[in-house]
Amino acid sequence: MSDLTDRDAARRAGLFVTYDTPDFFCELMNRKDIPPDSLSLVRERLLRFDLPELRQRASAAEAELYNLGITFTVYTDRDAIDRILPFDLIPHVLTAAEWDHVERGVRQRVTAINHFLWDIYHEKRILKDGIIPAELVLGNPNYRSEMEGLNVPGGVYVHINGTDIVRDGDGRFLVLEDNARTPSGVSYVIENRHMMLRVMPDLAAGLDLMPVDEYGMRLQQALAEVAPPGVIDPQVVLLSPGIYNSAYFEHVFLAREMGVPLVEGRDLVVEGGRVYMRTVAGLRPVHSIYRRLNDDFLDPQVFNRDSMLGVPGLVDAYRRGNVTIANAIGTGVADDKAVYAYMPRIIRYYLSEEPILSNVDTHICAEDEGLAYTLANLDKLVVKPVGESGGYGLIIGPHATQTELDDFRVKLLADPANYISQPVISLSVCPTLCEAGVEGRHVDLRPFAVTGRSTWVLPGGLSRVALRKGSLVVNSSQGGGSKDTWVLAS
Amino acid sequence: MNPIIVDAPPAGGTMPNLLSRYAECTIWLARYMERIENLARLIDVTETFVRSGSTVNGWESIIQINADEERFFGRHAVATEENVVGFYVTDRENPNSIASIAHAARENARALRPLISTEMWTQLNIFTNTVRGLGTTDIRSSNLSALCTRLKQECQTHHGITEGTFYRDQAWLFYIIGRNLERGDQITRLIDIKYHTLLPSVAGVGSEVDIGQWTAVLRSAAAYHAFRRVVSGEMTPGTVAGFLLKNDGFPRSLSTCLRQLHWAVGHLRTDYGLKHGYAAAERIEELRATLAEQTIKDIILRGLHEFLDWMQRELQHVQGEIAQAFWPPMEPPPAPPPAQSQSQA
Repeated sequence: MSDLTDRDAARRAGLFVTYDTPDFFCELMNRKDIPPDSLSLVRERLLRFDLPELRQRASAAEAELYNLGITFTVYTDRDAIDRILPFDLIPHVLTAAEWDHVERGVRQRVTAINHFLWDIYHEKRILKDGIIPAELVLGNPNYRSEMEGLNVPGGVYVHINGTDIVRDGDGRFLVLEDNARTPSGVSYVIENRHMMLRVMPDLAAGLDLMPVDEYGMRLQQALAEVAPPGVIDPQVVLLSPGIYNSAYFEHVFLAREMGVPLVEGRDLVVEGGRVYMRTVAGLRPVHSIYRRLNDDFLDPQVFNRDSMLGVPGLVDAYRRGNVTIANAIGTGVADDKAVYAYMPRIIRYYLSEEPILSNVDTHICAEDEGLAYTLANLDKLVVKPVGESGGYGLIIGPHATQTELDDFRVKLLADPANYISQPVISLSVCPTLCEAGVEGRHVDLRPFAVTGRSTWVLPGGLSRVALRKGSLVVNSSQGGGSKDTWVLAS
Repeated sequence: MNPIIVDAPPAGGTMPNLLSRYAECTIWLARYMERIENLARLIDVTETFVRSGSTVNGWESIIQINADEERFFGRHAVATEENVVGFYVTDRENPNSIASIAHAARENARALRPLISTEMWTQLNIFTNTVRGLGTTDIRSSNLSALCTRLKQECQTHHGITEGTFYRDQAWLFYIIGRNLERGDQITRLIDIKYHTLLPSVAGVGSEVDIGQWTAVLRSAAAYHAFRRVVSGEMTPGTVAGFLLKNDGFPRSLSTCLRQLHWAVGHLRTDYGLKHGYAAAERIEELRATLAEQTIKDIILRGLHEFLDWMQRELQHVQGEIAQAFWPPMEPPPAPPPAQSQSQA
């Protein structure tokens, strides 16, 4: 008898019988407030699934992604292996109010970044006013002197921006990183939605989700808006490194959605300071280039001479104002880790507004106050060197021994300007299908903002999930997957 | 009557012009898919041939048809079934194997993904992944015929999906050009090699073996029933070669291939104003005239092999002229000005 009751209870609890994440914020199961009705509906619908059913649908989705070629390609000596980005069927859900907040925050941040870039490549007021140390900007490896004095159309440097956002233990949204160069992943946002509606139609039925399909159209429109002035019907192209690039699928996807040619460097030619593409009818002018190629590879005459991917003479044509490059050259200085720490001040400086989205609290050790705080709380903070990437040279206070802390204190005092410190964030989680059942896994969110004459933010964004238990790393190279992001319209 | 006339692309010069690279990739995609189908047909018919004991050098003939003697015998001492089938189906070191051609088709299709329909790509993706996964069991003689049927069907599925979903603009015309260049080339090779290996000894004329072999040639080109319907009387080398070269109703005949080539190149010029195609169009017209003016008897009398050999070279010229017209080699880029590069570590 009791056995039967247990099983009944298990069936009623369904997928979430083993789900328990009391320590973390969870959008779906543990919001620490009363969820809106639409969210409760998603939760109830999910409860009706059982594990075998969900697994069956998950494997159907994986097979379909593989067959559709929604893959990134890993090359070995012998072969090209197509991998899919693991896709989790339980959506990452945001309420209308939450999205309104994120969207306004992203728009504000992108606006400030564009002001900042214009300024540092022109008058450099922010440096003269001492808001941000000049050497941090001018000595930055991503600062491009070629951009000085160049008036980019509309003052837009960052046409496509990805803002990496996390939520802490209270559900507060925090910006982890800006991606102002060539942010990727937007194709998954749209393909994940298509896949979700095919594989989980019963979960989404009748819900008022904000659509994601207009991204390509918006992007095409924005790039046409920022074409060189005076061009009536601008030719937009997407410049890709080619089929051997791991993000090639995304380039194909975007070119198709925008309805523009996907070109490689060898398809373009510069003659008389103008850019043309090689067509069966001869050379045809090109006015706006959405490039998915890093600065270094764009033009062998200016940057990396060995680059076979770029277009000789492109930078010259750009400087003459005959072509628009999106994103502009030299935007990498704005998404630099050291500059990140100054972003709240950059927002206040240019917009005279308080940041809508907070940074993770960052203490700049180059400043006395920041250094003093860091030293006093070393055992509670993450301290990172600003110049390094990939987690090198940092210390996580709560995990360090006393000896490690003491050693680090010496290093920090020797060169305080090289360090920033941040609190350890308790990242939010999402229910995720794992080997043992549905468990909580850490997620982040990358909304994409498109800027032409104005800024538009794609509702939702790329939700990445760390599939390994306890892992905070959501990168696809390190066991990360993705989820469909649902923004509830009401 | 030209059955593909109804597919004439929307007229008008407002269409964006096709990237040269896309045109080139489209031709090669079409050629490679056609080549796989022909190779599968050839392996299939040879297997039937050898199984029925009606030939002594059956497997070698595939090597001859592809002019692969040097490459094959550099890798294998004897042309056994196992060696030849492995060489032509799964051997990635051989650029003329189905595995290699499928890989090349896939690379071209990847480059064309912005252009081709999702259905085309998905089918190609699944197909080429299947080919990549083929192993020794799949090419064992008991499974070989089934495999060839599957390969053939996948290629036909590709043609069907392409016909049904590929947008009719310049790219479609380049696709038609590629398919027919390859098909024309393959049919001449098939006749050439079979004509020689099958040329009857005096005693063999009209014997059962002889008929069986010509039946096999026709079958490998999917022409047997069509031939039976239109050619009454004796099955001779002349009637078979004549049918495969000159019959205007048969979709794989040389004359049909030339007609469709002519049609496609013509539309590039008339509908899109691509006048560069002039040289290729001229040459195709000449080829059609040369073929039409001669009876098969004339051709055989003057030397069938010489005719076929000439035709293959001419078709290569057509490909070359199309390349020159639509994706001319780039002029060498100007040398970079010295010492203004900004080095970035």
